[in-house]
Amino acid sequence: MEELKLMKGNEALAEAAIRAGADAYFGYPITPQSEVIEYLMVQRPEKRTGMVVLQAESEVAAINMVYGAAGAGKKVMTSSSSPGISLKLEGISYIAGAELPCLIVNVMRGGPGLGTIQPSQADYFQAVKGGGHGDYRLIVLAPSTVQEMADFVDRGFELAFKYRTPVMILADGAIGQMMEKVYLPDPKPRLTDEEVIEKHGSWATTGRSGRKQNIITSLNLKSEVQEHHNQDLQAKYKEIEAHETDHEEIQCEDAEYLMVAFGTSARICQKVIQLGREKGLKLGLIRPITLWPYPTKAIEKYAGKVKGFMSVEMNAGQMVEDVRLAVNGKSPVVHFGRMGGMIATPGEVLNAVENHLKTL
Amino acid sequence: MIADVITPEEIIKTGTIVFKKTENINEGALSYCPGCGHGVVHRLIMEVVEEMGITADTIGVAPVGCSVLAYEFMNVDMQQAAHGRAPAVATGIKRVFPNKFVFTYQGDGDLAAIGTAETIHACNRGENIVIIFINNGIYGMTGGQMAPTTLEGMKSSTSPYGRDVHNAGYPLKITEMVAMLPGVCYATRQAVHKPTLVNKTKRAIQKAFENQRDNKGTSIVEVLSNCNSGWKMTPEQSNIWLEENMMTYFPLGDIKK
Repeated sequence: MEELKLMKGNEALAEAAIRAGADAYFGYPITPQSEVIEYLMVQRPEKRTGMVVLQAESEVAAINMVYGAAGAGKKVMTSSSSPGISLKLEGISYIAGAELPCLIVNVMRGGPGLGTIQPSQADYFQAVKGGGHGDYRLIVLAPSTVQEMADFVDRGFELAFKYRTPVMILADGAIGQMMEKVYLPDPKPRLTDEEVIEKHGSWATTGRSGRKQNIITSLNLKSEVQEHHNQDLQAKYKEIEAHETDHEEIQCEDAEYLMVAFGTSARICQKVIQLGREKGLKLGLIRPITLWPYPTKAIEKYAGKVKGFMSVEMNAGQMVEDVRLAVNGKSPVVHFGRMGGMIATPGEVLNAVENHLKTL
Repeated sequence: MIADVITPEEIIKTGTIVFKKTENINEGALSYCPGCGHGVVHRLIMEVVEEMGITADTIGVAPVGCSVLAYEFMNVDMQQAAHGRAPAVATGIKRVFPNKFVFTYQGDGDLAAIGTAETIHACNRGENIVIIFINNGIYGMTGGQMAPTTLEGMKSSTSPYGRDVHNAGYPLKITEMVAMLPGVCYATRQAVHKPTLVNKTKRAIQKAFENQRDNKGTSIVEVLSNCNSGWKMTPEQSNIWLEENMMTYFPLGDIKK
C-alpha cells in the first residue's frame, strides 16, 4: 500500500532510501541537504531495516566509504550539496573507473566557491560533462517534484546495478527544502548477505570462497589495457544512451515556441506556459528527466519547426549548450537564467520569451 | 621449534615439506625492489590469514604507493583505494560486512600525509579493522621524495640537503598519535630486517587480526622497512642505517596493547 505524506524533498528522498532497501548511507552535513542524514538518524534505519547510516569526517571520506561498500556489492548512497560534491569528485571518478554501482545526490546551491546556500542549477556541467578526471559519465536524474525525489531513489539504484555505474540525482535547494504531498513507495527488503554474494559475488569483494579472488580497482598500468577498459566503458555508455534517455513534453503538440528546463526551472516554466497562453502565445516545455543521457532526439524533433527555443536555467547558461547541439542551427536558441540563488519569476521568464519572439 | 620435531634426516628425505609458501600469496614476481621489506610483510599477513582460517572472509584494501598493486600478490579479495583513503574504504566494507576481516595496507605518505584525516577518524571511531602501516621514511613509488616520516637531516629528492624541520616540520609519529585514541585497542611498531623481528612482526599482525575477531576496535601495526633504492644504499647498508637511525627516532615495541 502506497502511503501519502506531506514531506520535504530531502526527507522524502531519505525515506525512499530506507524503503528501497539501501544497505548504507555515508554523508557529511551541508546546507541545503542536511535533512537527509538528520531524517535517517531519527528513523533509526539500523533498527527498521538494518541499514547503516554513518556521519563521516568529510565528504571525501564519505564517498570513499561508498566506494568500499559498493565494491563489496552492497546498495549504498551519499548525498551532499555543490561544494561537497566538488570534494567527492575524485572518489566519483574512481567509482566510475572501477565500475561500481551507487547513488550520489547533489542538492545544488549557488557557487562558485562557498557561494550561497540558496537553490541553483550551476552544477549542470559538473554532473553531466564529467567533473572528475578521465572519460566517464554519470547517469543524471533531475527531479522537479518531491514525488520524484522519492521515486528516483529506487530508479537510481536499479540503473546503478543494471549498468554497474554511479548514478546522480541532481536536485536543487528548492526541491530539497519544499514540502509537497508524496506517495511513498512500498518497502523493498534489503538483500541478505547470501543474496548479495549470489547476485554480485562474481565481481564484488564478498570474500574469496570457491572462486578466484575479486579485485576492485581503477588502475591499469599498461596503456593498451587501459584503452580497452575505456572502450568497454564507452560501449556501456552508448547502451545507456540507447535505452535510458527520458524526458517529459508539456503542451508541445501545438507549441510555436519551446522552453527547455529541468528541476525547479521546469516548474516555473509550466506557469510561464499558462501565462503565455492566456496572452495567445503558444508556448510549450521540454523537461529533460535524464540530463545524461540527454534527450537530444526529443529536442531535435522540434528543431526548425518552432520559432525558437529558450533554455531556462538557474545558472549562467550551461544546458543551453546541449540544446544548441540538439537544435543544430535549425532554430534560434537563447538562454535565460538567474544566478547566485535567485529564482526567476514566471513573469520575468515570459518577458524574456516575448523579447526573444520580437527578434524572430 | 621445527628442529625439535623434525630430525635432519627427515628434512633430507624426499617428500618432507619443511617450508611452504602460503597459498594466499599469488605466483609470479613481486614488483618490489630486491632488498625491500614489503614482500616479507605481504607474506606475514597472508600466513596469518591462512593460519587463522579466515581467507574466505578477508578483504584487503591496497593504497597508492609502492604497494598499489598489493592485490596482485595477496590472494584474497581486495580493493584499491584512492591515495590516503584506504581507512575510509575499509570502513565502508566493514560497516556493510561486519563479520568479514578487513585490513588496509598503507605506506607513510598514504597513511600519514594525504590520508591523515581518514587515518585519525577511522581510529577515533574505533573501526574494527586492521591497519598495516609500512614506514620507510620516503616516497618510494614516485622516486624518493620526502615523506611525513623522513628523518631530520635525511636526504631525499625534495629535501636534497637533508630535511630542514624549520621548512618541512618534523617527522610524524602518527602511531603514537592514534594510540592516544580510545578507539584504538592495539598500536605497535615492528621491523622486518632481521629474522627474530620478522617473527615478532608476525605475532603482532596475528594479534591485530585476533582483536578484529574479538571486536576490540582498531589495531595499527607499524612496520619499519628499509627502502634501499630510495635511500640510495645497498640492501645491507640500508638495514644498518634503519637500525642506527630509523629505530632511534621510531623505537620498536608496543605503544598500546
